[in-house]
Amino acid sequence: MTDLVLRARGVRKKFGDIEVLRGIDLEVRPGEVLCVIGPSGSGKSTLLRCFNHLERIDAGRIWVNGELIGYEQHGASEGTLRERRPRDVRRQRERIGMVFQRFHLFPHRTAVQNVMEGPVTVKGLKWAHAQRQASELLDRVGLADRADHYPAQLSGGQQQRVAIARALAMEPTLMLFDEPTSALDPELVGEVLGVMRDLARSGMTMIVVTHEMGFAREVADRVIFMDEGAVVEAGRPDELFTQPRHERTQAFLSTVL
Amino acid sequence: MNTETTDVSKAGVVEPGGGELALRVTRRPRPGRWVAVALATLFTVWLAYTVIINPNLHWDVIAEYQFDGVILNGLWVTVQLTLISMVVGIVIGVVIAVMQLSESPVLRIIASAYTWFFRGTPLLVQLIFWFNLALLFPVISIGIPFDGPKLIEWQTNMVITGFVAALLGLSINEGAYMAEIVRAGIQSVDPGQREAGESIGMSNRKILTRIILPQAMRVIIPPFGNQFISMLKTTSLVSVIAGADLMTVSQHLYLANFEVIALLMVASIWYLVLTTVASVAQHFIERRYNPGTTPVRRRVLANLRPGHTTKGAAA
Repeated sequence: MTDLVLRARGVRKKFGDIEVLRGIDLEVRPGEVLCVIGPSGSGKSTLLRCFNHLERIDAGRIWVNGELIGYEQHGASEGTLRERRPRDVRRQRERIGMVFQRFHLFPHRTAVQNVMEGPVTVKGLKWAHAQRQASELLDRVGLADRADHYPAQLSGGQQQRVAIARALAMEPTLMLFDEPTSALDPELVGEVLGVMRDLARSGMTMIVVTHEMGFAREVADRVIFMDEGAVVEAGRPDELFTQPRHERTQAFLSTVL
Repeated sequence: MNTETTDVSKAGVVEPGGGELALRVTRRPRPGRWVAVALATLFTVWLAYTVIINPNLHWDVIAEYQFDGVILNGLWVTVQLTLISMVVGIVIGVVIAVMQLSESPVLRIIASAYTWFFRGTPLLVQLIFWFNLALLFPVISIGIPFDGPKLIEWQTNMVITGFVAALLGLSINEGAYMAEIVRAGIQSVDPGQREAGESIGMSNRKILTRIILPQAMRVIIPPFGNQFISMLKTTSLVSVIAGADLMTVSQHLYLANFEVIALLMVASIWYLVLTTVASVAQHFIERRYNPGTTPVRRRVLANLRPGHTTKGAAA
């Protein structure tokens, strides 16, 4: 169990009366790239948001690096969990990077200040040190010359790359990507996927919710297909894309490929 | 700014008035506007004439009192009351707004009760209440609540002077209004900003002070300016509790010399000066916090050269 980066067991989540996650089981090994595909409303994004406790869950267990996320054992009974203290939740989130569909850069901060925000205010890094680290990260995502630009002065692709650098600045052991290219103009998708490809090659453990089937096929070690709050099918991309076993997977792939 | 304009025109934009411009565009004539100007001028001149030559308006008295020491002291009290109660008001406002948006039902109810009560009763009543606090609590003390032993005690009448009562009344009342303004500002910020902060492990307090509030300022500043200007004049209410502000001292003077209109003019002129200064300040602060008010021309020029930092966008 400890050699897994992420492990989920029977994760359930309701919004009102609608059950959006109906018992998800998942395991992610170190260095693995897992792509999550499926029609909209299938619960992929919600599942991802549960992994860093941006959403509460109604049942199940999620471990990251062997530690129960967002909840702790309460009392003698094994079956019941209660939410952790906010301070503990924050500590857990530090090591889980998240990249959002709509970037969510801080608009009143320059690119380099966006990247430095976490290291300075959360980790308490010295300003000069954080700035050096942030510059290196911006260089890594190909934006060294845009360090002093405000988000509004950057293209969508550039903003998303700054957002990736901002997440990496916390030195995460797991990176979550929530449809990172869905809000981008088509010609800007490639530059973001390129950065993610490099990141995957460097050995980062990644869970990517995406509609980019080409990317999933090329970069993913494993692909899962979700529909109506459940994992319908999982497998290596070459298998899942060429010989989907489940008819719902076949139907979905025939509409997007 | 200027260099950018020339850069763009060099890049091929045709300058107005350029030689072979065949398809001219001119403004539509508006004769009605000239009629309106003439009528408005006539009315203004007539109004000014009747006021200026009116023998009952003692301009010499106005001139005499405009910079009188007593009036200037009152003016200073008005400025102090406004500044202090606005600062305290905004602190209370932020606290109440955050309580209102918190997950705790207890905090939410306390915050709602606060705004309900202090927005729901007249400020005049609140001011008179604070001034007469001694009738309810003759002694203020620190110690064990209920009838336990006390460490220190004060006579309420010694603590609650007119100035203190005025500050209490104005700040607490202002806090209730600021709370609504700050709440609207906080809610105007994209919830994704909070999530982005949470995802890198920031605490609620850091998210509020470093991410949410700076962005909420854009929405908060215009109504805040409004409140500030309103407060400059609302302070005149404290004349009922001997607040020694501009209005109070003007009243004292005209009760002695019966120059009612002249002294009201003196006070009004000072109020106008204060509100004008505040309006100008508001204009500049708004411009600093709201890139949206940058003139269209400058924004368009900035967009033409992506990656080029312009002052307007960077501010």
